[in-house]
Amino acid sequence: MRLRPSPLVIVATLALGVLFLKPILVTSQTTTPAPLSAYQVGKEKSGFIYLDAPLRAMQNDDFSNPGYLWVQKGQALWSTADGTNGKSCQTCHSAAETSMRGVGARYPAYDPKSGKVIDLEQRINEMRVDMMGAKPYKWESPQLLALTTFVKLQSRGMPVDVTTTGPAHAAWVAGKTFYDTPRGQLGVSCQMCHVQHAGDQLRSDTLSQGQTNGFPTYRLKWQAVGSVQRRFRGCNAKVRAQPLPFGSQQYVDLELYVASRGQGLPIETPSVRR
Amino acid sequence: MCEPRRSIAAAIFALLCMGIASASTTVVHDTTLVPYTVVNGTIPRSLTAVPGNPAAGLAIVKNRKLGNCIACHSMPIAKEAFPGNVGPNLKGVGGYLSVAQLRLRIVNAKLINPDTIMPAYYRVAGLTDVAKKFVGKPILTAQQVEDVVAYLSTLK
Ligand code: HEC
Ligand code: HEC
Ligand code: HEC
Repeated sequence: MRLRPSPLVIVATLALGVLFLKPILVTSQTTTPAPLSAYQVGKEKSGFIYLDAPLRAMQNDDFSNPGYLWVQKGQALWSTADGTNGKSCQTCHSAAETSMRGVGARYPAYDPKSGKVIDLEQRINEMRVDMMGAKPYKWESPQLLALTTFVKLQSRGMPVDVTTTGPAHAAWVAGKTFYDTPRGQLGVSCQMCHVQHAGDQLRSDTLSQGQTNGFPTYRLKWQAVGSVQRRFRGCNAKVRAQPLPFGSQQYVDLELYVASRGQGLPIETPSVRR
Repeated sequence: MCEPRRSIAAAIFALLCMGIASASTTVVHDTTLVPYTVVNGTIPRSLTAVPGNPAAGLAIVKNRKLGNCIACHSMPIAKEAFPGNVGPNLKGVGGYLSVAQLRLRIVNAKLINPDTIMPAYYRVAGLTDVAKKFVGKPILTAQQVEDVVAYLSTLK
């Protein structure tokens, strides 16, 4: 596991733990389980619906949800100054609980500065570079995953609310084309597995609709939290297609299209998946 | 549906689609693969000179790196836990589909149903973003296709 602590880190974490105990207790909760119907909007079903009861329970209890380790790490990073300007996210945004509420639910979104649709990871890195004078985090690094998970958590329970019109429309169309195109040596599209055959058994896996409302997600198979793009790469490889590099525009466009399929589904970050 | 694709394969593919639509005979030349003739939803002639071996076919069907058919199909094979149900149960399929029909189904099921999720096992042209390791290679060799067809035809 990426975050395996060294003894020194354990001591440090314990010390930090005391410091952070209060905020953790404030944001952590054992929610009264929402009815399953809360995870479905029209025909769109969250991956949560396809989980078995123990995994649902694990997701819904912040104390047993392993993804919460990343939330805590992200919470610490939020208030840590970095870069040449000596600022932290908190310097400008104060409490994430209010300033970041609902933000994650709107990403990927059109960014006038770069003239492209960007995802939440890219937005966070843009902040580090432009606002803090810091280096961008590497894709899929523990820091980027932690901060993305922490920011996205602030939208938990809120509906996915991406914009697919206006300057974002071209990206949405490109994402849809990618989704519908058979790929790889097996010649299978995302659509074939996650729309045509959602609910069917592919060996021991029940095919879900491949929704992204729970990302970044803690996957048992990964023993770690991973990004949407990591999942895309895995699904590409499954059909013997060449996975694209992290952060490629095609994947960001795909993220937008897939998010729009699940418009209205509740944000579950950090979700737990098999 | 037989949509146009970039690449040279587009021409072959378009030709093929027309061939199927008018229920005539089409010869398929897919790069370096053995050419074959499609006649009314069948491939009547074997791809190879050596007859298919049903025992070898059974092994291919179970092998996750080759046929991996169990991922999508139940088959009458003892001790195969967790068969998928993306495709129909293949019990008895050799009784209602001919060898020539089975051969087209394995070679390129997309010529029967363009929207099917079932992979084309003997095709390299017209695919998108194939992983480097698999570029230019069909999933099964011509002989492996014949072995699978021979195995399926025993399922009566
Ligand atoms: C110097 C002040 C400053 C710092 C430091 C800063 N931000 Fe920002 N942030 C802004 C401003 C101003 C905006 C809105 C304007 C813009 O988009 O550039 C913004 C926008 C955002 C947005 C998009 C909000 C939306 O509604 O789309 C996110 C997400 C965000 N910041 C996260 C962060 C994170 C995470 C950090 C720390 C890594 C951070 N910011 C550090 C000033 C800052
Ligand atoms: C061969 C079938 C197959 C194809 C093709 C495929 N996937 Fe998946 N995908 C799966 C399986 C199996 C899982 C794990 C079980 C599930 O949630 O469906 C999965 C999971 C996912 C998830 C996680 C869902 C969640 O609730 O966390 C997403 C997102 C996803 N896929 C998106 C895609 C996208 C986008 C594509 C096209 C690039 C794609 N998949 C192509 C089989 C496939
Ligand atoms: C990714 C899923 C998938 C895989 C893998 C797969 N199939 Fe299929 N297969 C299907 C589906 C779905 C159908 C239903 C017809 C259609 O979609 O055209 C089908 C149909 C068939 C049929 C026709 C059955 C009938 O009743 O008409 C045969 C025969 C067949 N498959 C054999 C195989 C064999 C042999 C393999 C392995 C070499 C295999 N399939 C691999 C999905 C799959």
